[in-house]
Amino acid sequence: MAGITKTHFSSEQKASRRGTEESPVAKWVLISIGMAFALTFLLLPLVNVFFQAFEKGWSFFFGALKDPDSWSAIRLTLTIAAISVPLNVVFGLAASWAIAKFEFRGKSILITLIDLPFAVSPVVSGLIFVLMFGLQGYFGRWLDDHDIKIIFAVPGIVMATVFVTFPFVARELIPIMQATGAEQEQAALTLGANGWQTFWYVTLPSVKWGLLYGVILCNARAMGEFGAVSVVSGHITGQTDTMPLRVEKLYNEYNGTAAFAVASLLALLALLTLGVKTFIEWKTQRNYELAQRATDEQK
Amino acid sequence: MSIEVKNVSKKFGEVAAVNNVNFSVREGELMALLGPSGGGKTTVLRMIAGLEMPSEGDIFIRGERVNDIAIQKRNIGFVFQNYALFKNMTVFKNIAFGLKIKKWKKADIQARVIELLKLLGLEGLEKRYPHQLSGGQRQRVAIARALAPKPSVLLLDEPFGAVDAKIRQELREWLVHLHQDLNVTTLFVTHDQEEAMEVSDRIVIFSRGNLEQIGSPREVYDHPTNEFVARFIGVMNVLELEVRDGLAKVKELEFPAPNEPDGQRIRIGFRPHAVQISNDLTEFRYQAVLRRTYFLGIMLRLELELPSGLTLRSRMTKEEYAQLGLEDGRRVSFQIRQYRVLARENALLPEELQAIYEPPPTIAENI
Repeated sequence: MAGITKTHFSSEQKASRRGTEESPVAKWVLISIGMAFALTFLLLPLVNVFFQAFEKGWSFFFGALKDPDSWSAIRLTLTIAAISVPLNVVFGLAASWAIAKFEFRGKSILITLIDLPFAVSPVVSGLIFVLMFGLQGYFGRWLDDHDIKIIFAVPGIVMATVFVTFPFVARELIPIMQATGAEQEQAALTLGANGWQTFWYVTLPSVKWGLLYGVILCNARAMGEFGAVSVVSGHITGQTDTMPLRVEKLYNEYNGTAAFAVASLLALLALLTLGVKTFIEWKTQRNYELAQRATDEQK
Repeated sequence: MSIEVKNVSKKFGEVAAVNNVNFSVREGELMALLGPSGGGKTTVLRMIAGLEMPSEGDIFIRGERVNDIAIQKRNIGFVFQNYALFKNMTVFKNIAFGLKIKKWKKADIQARVIELLKLLGLEGLEKRYPHQLSGGQRQRVAIARALAPKPSVLLLDEPFGAVDAKIRQELREWLVHLHQDLNVTTLFVTHDQEEAMEVSDRIVIFSRGNLEQIGSPREVYDHPTNEFVARFIGVMNVLELEVRDGLAKVKELEFPAPNEPDGQRIRIGFRPHAVQISNDLTEFRYQAVLRRTYFLGIMLRLELELPSGLTLRSRMTKEEYAQLGLEDGRRVSFQIRQYRVLARENALLPEELQAIYEPPPTIAENI
């Protein structure tokens, strides 16, 4: 029954869309503008990155990547991502769980705070940490006395990255968890499951695609972040340069091809991310359609 | 006793949701918690399950005090109003969940799930996901899942609330049969008095957190302990009377009240079947016009309008109706054969009673 209504509804929708469609001229003009814009400003520069990177051939490309300083930047970027993404997963799960399942004072403040990194300029995000942990900062002297380095060192870069990527996982999970409610978990409890079993068998599977989506976006941003990281890193070649910082440095040193080689690697990561994201969206959609078809067949 | 609720109260902040409630459910009984919404019945059910903690009082399941026993250890089966099926699991996995948690052997789980699928008429659906099922199927999966670990009691929260009227009727009968087959102690919450009357062995009636009456459907219908129950169960005509010279009166209707002082106000109630109708205008004392006839299957409900404008409800079978040659607009005479005094003086009607002043025509009327 539900299936029949669904099909009926969608065919009606199609018919109504046909009725309100623009004239063919307007349609093609709009499509051309969209396409031209995407080609000029998105695809062309991207292709150019790879073109420039391989301008002097494969050997130069790999040589540029094998340069110890570039190689160190690649390793650092991967390390930063490997630390900040799991941190964000833990935080995102905890925050979205708290927001979706409990009523507490300050809930709206928490929701607003989660959005803060999206609103603040990355440079400011970096400066916050310099003001806190830099030599002139609040904890600067104490840290210096105990010989702990945060600013111009890896911990500072991790902090800035975590700050900037803070919202990604939580923002994906909150609506999903709110929509699911707490009843499935309660049902698991009445069936004898303890807290961990409930989380593992019920909560996590119901948010897994949203979680993965959040992780991918978070990872892309963690690897690509420039502004905040630039402020706290100190640009020490071979030590605190991440890939985006390395690209800038090489470019400023008129080492165009090497800059593009590292940049192309970053772009490749972005493309990979985009691919996985599209796959997940397709997979979710297909699961839904398969389920729908099964329902239709049953009717 | 399978479940005992002793002096249980529940407060949410300042609001008392349940007020010093006492009742028990016998082993194997099918019992309804009935009352208007906000009456505290769901809270009682959730306290028995362990999903809420009582503020005061004790709850016993099979003689064991369970107040301090975690939900997981209470061995209850709970069916949520919206079923709360695990949407990422197939029907099979949903039903098997409790068994897997309890570390049953794989072969035993397989056998138990198949047994339940058969029992609940869900064969062939085991690979479906919840969103691929109809409302009735989902409900049966929820019940199968709750029954799988062989709970000592089965608790259902508004089990028929989320399905449409036709399926609801089928599911009711089906639940009675299932209960007969399994004989597991079953307690369910409903706001629908018809449902409670039809399905359960005994009914616990709640209003505003207070327990109003416990009894079989027949008992609560025939011998309601107070006005709330009388008006909540079935259809009732209610009149506000004032005593003058030993007669309690409203408009043209008079009832003997020899021992009441002048000016005393009395509220009485009578079931529609107490209003006896004749097509002979001289047979009974009062006259009225038959305004409207409602067909409720073999029973008919009649709306009588008195010359003063007062409206009363009566009922009779189709045969009686035909015998008397009645039709809408006919003048008839009638008498009120029996009534019950609901309240004296100016006892104000609680708000929730006013809200349900006219229950819809129901099967309860035909009992």
